[in-house]
Amino acid sequence: MKNVKTIKSIKELEKAIESQIQARESEKKSILTVSAGTCGQARGSLKVIKSLENAIKIENLEDKVKVKVTGCHGFCEAEPNIMIHPQNIFYQKVQPSDAEDIAYQTILNNKIIDKLLYSDPISGKTVTKENDIKFYKKQKRILLGDNALIDPTDIMDYLSIGGYGALAAVLSHLTPKDVIDTIKKSGLRGRGGAGFPTGKKWEFTRETLGEPKYIICNADEGDPGAYMDRSLLEGNPHRVLEGMLIGAYAIGAREGYIYVRDEYPLAVKHISIAISQAEKLGLLGKNILGKGFDFQVHISKGAGAFVCGEETALIASIEGKVGVPRQRPPFPAVKGLWKKPTNINNVETWSNIPLIIENGAEWFSEIGTNGSKGTKIFSLVGKINNTGLVEVPMGITLKEIIFDIGGGIPEGKEFKAIQTGGPSGGCLPQEKLDLPVDYESLTEAGSIMGSGGMIVMDENTCMVDVAKYFLNFLRDESCGKCLSCREGTQRMWEIVTDITEGKGKKGDIELLEALAIATRDASLCGLGQTAANPILSTIRYFRDEYKTHIKDKKCPAGVCKELIQYLIIDDNCTGCLACLKVCPQEAISGELKKIHVLDQSKCIKCGACYEACNFEAIKIV
Amino acid sequence: MAIEIQKVKSFITRYNNEKKALISILQDIQAEYNYLPQEALKFVSESMGIPLIDIIDVATFYRAFSLEPRGKHLVTVCLGTACHVRGGPKILEEFERILSINAGKTTKDGEFTLETVACLGCCAIGPVVVVDGDYHAQTTIRKVNSILKKYRRKEKKNEECQDN
Amino acid sequence: MVTLKINNLEVKAEEGQTILEVAKFYGLEIPTLCYNEGLSPYGGCRLCLVEIGEGPKTKLVSSCTYPAEEGLVVHTDTKRVIEARRMMIELMLSLAPNSKVIQDLASKFGVKQVRFKVRNEECILCGLCVRMCAEQMDGRAIGFQKRGYKRKISTPFDIRSEECRLCGGCIYICPACQLRCQGPDADTAVCNACLNMDPTCLDYYDELQCWMYDAGRCGTCVREKAEEEKAESMK
Repeated sequence: MKNVKTIKSIKELEKAIESQIQARESEKKSILTVSAGTCGQARGSLKVIKSLENAIKIENLEDKVKVKVTGCHGFCEAEPNIMIHPQNIFYQKVQPSDAEDIAYQTILNNKIIDKLLYSDPISGKTVTKENDIKFYKKQKRILLGDNALIDPTDIMDYLSIGGYGALAAVLSHLTPKDVIDTIKKSGLRGRGGAGFPTGKKWEFTRETLGEPKYIICNADEGDPGAYMDRSLLEGNPHRVLEGMLIGAYAIGAREGYIYVRDEYPLAVKHISIAISQAEKLGLLGKNILGKGFDFQVHISKGAGAFVCGEETALIASIEGKVGVPRQRPPFPAVKGLWKKPTNINNVETWSNIPLIIENGAEWFSEIGTNGSKGTKIFSLVGKINNTGLVEVPMGITLKEIIFDIGGGIPEGKEFKAIQTGGPSGGCLPQEKLDLPVDYESLTEAGSIMGSGGMIVMDENTCMVDVAKYFLNFLRDESCGKCLSCREGTQRMWEIVTDITEGKGKKGDIELLEALAIATRDASLCGLGQTAANPILSTIRYFRDEYKTHIKDKKCPAGVCKELIQYLIIDDNCTGCLACLKVCPQEAISGELKKIHVLDQSKCIKCGACYEACNFEAIKIV
Repeated sequence: MAIEIQKVKSFITRYNNEKKALISILQDIQAEYNYLPQEALKFVSESMGIPLIDIIDVATFYRAFSLEPRGKHLVTVCLGTACHVRGGPKILEEFERILSINAGKTTKDGEFTLETVACLGCCAIGPVVVVDGDYHAQTTIRKVNSILKKYRRKEKKNEECQDN
Repeated sequence: MVTLKINNLEVKAEEGQTILEVAKFYGLEIPTLCYNEGLSPYGGCRLCLVEIGEGPKTKLVSSCTYPAEEGLVVHTDTKRVIEARRMMIELMLSLAPNSKVIQDLASKFGVKQVRFKVRNEECILCGLCVRMCAEQMDGRAIGFQKRGYKRKISTPFDIRSEECRLCGGCIYICPACQLRCQGPDADTAVCNACLNMDPTCLDYYDELQCWMYDAGRCGTCVREKAEEEKAESMK
């Protein structure tokens, strides 16, 4: 950030925003944005950036085009991806070796490089413009869209898309009550999973007597498979800060904490940069914009505990203690951080605030359904063609998300189930695909909205194994205080593990159901109370699969080791030695061009041969 | 392992001796020594007036901390739901088999510590394995050995440079 | 003063009292285990559950920690409560089958089966010993460690604690230790059907903080370590 003057008044801020918007609109150069969030970097986007910058230098195109490094765009399957503005060209899976071509052909000579275009996984057709890609068509990217436009490490870039304009509007002519009324009217509900009306929560905290008041941004995002908050923090940290500023003003808080999980180093880096830049500009600190409004933000890092996503455990963690949840009442709005009134909201919730202020409560409430307003970001992962972050209006069906946006299941496999809500959620089967995605519908069906993780499973996923997976996760992440949760999850895990090992017996399913209900009823916090969902939903919709494991001692999906066998199909075997070479137990014998033989007594079912075979000659039964 | 009391002291003063910063202080110690040495914890207890038993509670509650020294290289296999569905457990088993240790343990020669993590938030590129901060995307069973070889080679190279 | 209803009986409570305290004052019985009048409430054993609220949205809460609020509607023995309570006792029995306190609870509330693998850990992590040591004896020699299914109570680094003054308070308060069957000849023998004749620590420890060492009994709080070492030495 170049020498920036502190902004001391609302008028100055509005002027600064205006001039940045002007600068962006009058930009003559083409902008080449490269997505470089954590996933993008893991796939080599930093190397791509370097080679693009080099290629541009070599071709003398520095005054024609500039490279902008952005956060995650959401279309993770296509990473590293680049977009060229204003032509709106989208290139996917870009490699450093493509840089020369991009510079010479596309930038200099306006030629499209076909092999870098996205091609639809079902139709095979290539698409040039981002807007035409099916993945984006049914999305409504009011939050994620901006990730593709800005450099998250440059506060001025945020201003250039109108950033901090909502803060200016709030401080110039809205009272705290006006702000709370607007948020209430919009119908925004907490995006962390519980779906509590945000405006109401703010009101409780504001009305509680007690000083000082605190606001917290919950960026713990513990659900495995969910990474929306990571993307928002990495790609647009200033919007989160702006939301918190507006919230602090409305509630009467002077200090805020952002609790980020330990496993998100890049997000921590970007939010730290954002905070220091906002402080330098005068948007954080004392007497912000001369309105007598003080607000400071601190970062508090998690240390690897899922339970710290729970409000009271999170508070305990910020206080430097173990993340053991506390009795509510008293609720955090009354006695939270250091027993003071505290308002906690999720990253996505905070990110929605500036948009609601800027565009109005009506605008927001027109998106979504009656009970669930606005959009929701979901992480669509697992056995799905278009893996990525999708932002959709509430009320869209699961079918549309999985097949229209997600592009369906890879390798032509059959859809089996979709898991929503993380370890607190459940698995929904084929029959539920027409379900609209909103808080109530998902809860009724036996799952929850949760923070937004959506894991797609196919015919090769064993639902009993999935239940075992979640129970293993929960028994490890439970804080251990409540007997019901600690022993409940442990015993459920033991019984399900026995079932997957062929030791299941009559009465096991009924015992699991009884245990699940006891765990749910008797536990103090959300972790224990929702621990029943993975087991009850899989039993509800896939009872037969459990029965097959127990009675027939078979795993139809071919996953549970003790119940399957790897077999060589003689007809398909070409004798290529591929499986022989990778078998760690030397259980496969054979010669070149002769059918191989697998010795079952030596087989440890590691799956290496199955992975290595290109002729579908290894079968799992 | 000998620890510098001054260094530990500096971690405490960095946060103005505030009790609420205990987790951050432990994170600094963990980053410095690759584990939480007993002497360091005792010093923090005396210096900050926090009962040792409470510090141990915190140190053993959170996954980020280790009371045992960690190996030179930290191999973290992601076992998040998406990585699980894509075959993460088989990757873990392969690491366990080749290194002859279970997850959570360190090899006898002190080279590798094998850990699991519930989710790194990189589900699109799963199964994910992180070694010393390097992310390895779309790991397969066959890639496991070559990943380990890469880091063993680094060791050999470093040793050779030192010998020279 | 606040007014609330317990089992359809209107009762009055002081500000800051818990449902359990109010119930006790009125002579209404709610079973407890990890609760002790002289120690801070913990809410870990989940035995003192009561059902609060009306209509379809009721929930179960631990009465030892839940504040008595104005207008609260409480029921102590609904079907949901009884079933949850029975499951808690069954879970405890599978951990500490030799404890007379837990056996008594089982017979009182009709728990006749244990459908889980018995683990013989004795410790149910009720935390009474930790609170006793910290709050009444000002020792802080033992505490909770780890989390989830690995949670345990021990001294720092599992060795003799410098803070332990050998007061025996932890043993006194432990429900699993109380009235443990000591064989047919002991003064306080209960019965001889569940003899636990295996002194846990004699073979593996020279220095124990527990004064029971000489008597050759118990070792609950360091048992886990002994088991680990035993397993190691047997490899």
